[in-house]
Amino acid sequence: METLISWAIDVALVLLVVSLAWRALASTDLFKAIVLFIAFGLVLTLVWVRLNATDVALAEAAIGAGVTGALLLAAYAKLRATSPDAIVDRAGGISGIGAISLLILILLVAAALGYAVWTLPSDYAGLGKEVAANLDQSGVSNPVTAVLLNFRGYDTLLEIMVLLLALLGAWSLGITIPRPEAAPGLVLDTLSRLLVPLLILVAAYLLWVGAHAPGGAFQAGAVLAAAGVLMLLSGRELPAALATWPLRLALVLGPATFLMLAVITLILEGRVLKLSPEWAGRLILIIETTATISIGVTLTALFMGAPPGEEDR
Amino acid sequence: MTTSDYLSAALLTTGGLFFLAGTFGLLRFPDVFTRLHALTKADNVGLGLTVAGLALQVDSWAVAGKLLLIWLLALLAGATVSYLIAQGALRLGIRPWKR
Amino acid sequence: MQTLLFTLVLFLILNLGVGMWRVLRGPTTADRMLAAQLLGTTAVAILLLLAEATGSAALRDVALVLALLATVTAVAFVRRTLPYSENANDDE
Repeated sequence: METLISWAIDVALVLLVVSLAWRALASTDLFKAIVLFIAFGLVLTLVWVRLNATDVALAEAAIGAGVTGALLLAAYAKLRATSPDAIVDRAGGISGIGAISLLILILLVAAALGYAVWTLPSDYAGLGKEVAANLDQSGVSNPVTAVLLNFRGYDTLLEIMVLLLALLGAWSLGITIPRPEAAPGLVLDTLSRLLVPLLILVAAYLLWVGAHAPGGAFQAGAVLAAAGVLMLLSGRELPAALATWPLRLALVLGPATFLMLAVITLILEGRVLKLSPEWAGRLILIIETTATISIGVTLTALFMGAPPGEEDR
Repeated sequence: MTTSDYLSAALLTTGGLFFLAGTFGLLRFPDVFTRLHALTKADNVGLGLTVAGLALQVDSWAVAGKLLLIWLLALLAGATVSYLIAQGALRLGIRPWKR
Repeated sequence: MQTLLFTLVLFLILNLGVGMWRVLRGPTTADRMLAAQLLGTTAVAILLLLAEATGSAALRDVALVLALLATVTAVAFVRRTLPYSENANDDE
């Protein structure tokens, strides 16, 4: 009975995810598409949970449904504010031969993927066994963190660099963000005073727990960014004193520390990011802490839209 | 099943019913303000009963505390967000539904 | 107990599907956003139930993060998007 219900849960989730994705892409109203995308992120979190990928579910909840949702909403508002006629009905799709052939192509790809997954041997564990065998030398006990920060550390180094590059790209577009708006009322002000410290605390908790349970730098950084975004939304601006070099320092702290570690390990051990077992735990904690700060500040800065001091008043 | 199991089951089922009521209200109520009302019923009572039912099942006070924290957060967030949305909707000129 | 938990999860997922209908219908932007809020709270309840049913304590952390982040998204909507939305009959 239980497995039947489990199976029904998975089927329901799949149907929900697919229909949300379809309606989000096919919707003619841009705002409807944004909200459907946020809902899609929520349901995708549940899908990751059912697939036993709890770290990814944490990241999806924090980034996909949270920070990205806030970014899209702010972008929509900016679009609405500056060019209200620009949001017309999104063009109706292709029709006729084009639609049929696209549908056939999609069905073929889906069938190929389904076949590939179906014919996997049932005891296929991927690289899980190798990771488990070397886990005690990695300095942490969460296999996901071990892979991200130790076994495949240079992937994470590049990812952090990419995040910084994305910010540079967004900032150099020279688009100014119109500042609304009324002063935040008492209710919003109180909410932000209660939630921002809690968000920072949860971010620190996720960072710490990432060593032995699902969590880690990206998830903690995203929650920290949510704190920053909430502060921005509640009408608080970055003080001018902090907007020059302290902000830049916080942005590069993570990538720079990681890069420095890569260079040091290259010199000392001959291989990039080869962490010796007795230092690995401490080094991973240092990397994750600086990365959390940088990721949080980078995502918040992305929400700002333009370097502070260059916004519309 | 022990007594606490029966109590949990009762609390969880009632919580589920409140979620159903919230969704039903979301569908059937005539305007934004009444739908916000339905939403907060699911938030507060539905989640609260679910948390209560689950808290009877866990084996440590710390976990029960975490469940309680999640519920309090949902209460705070639900109340504030409903107020903000309703205020914003009024400012836009959306008027409450009259019979 | 397990069966009850899984049944409730299935029931709540069906609720999600029904709530999605309100996102599609609107008619105002506030309607869509508050439906998304309900979806968020329902997902939190689903995660808490699954945490108990599968014995996976980390799912409670996911529920906590989801509850917090859904609030931030809603505040972003109210502060940024709502002042600029049109009234009822213009979208859809």
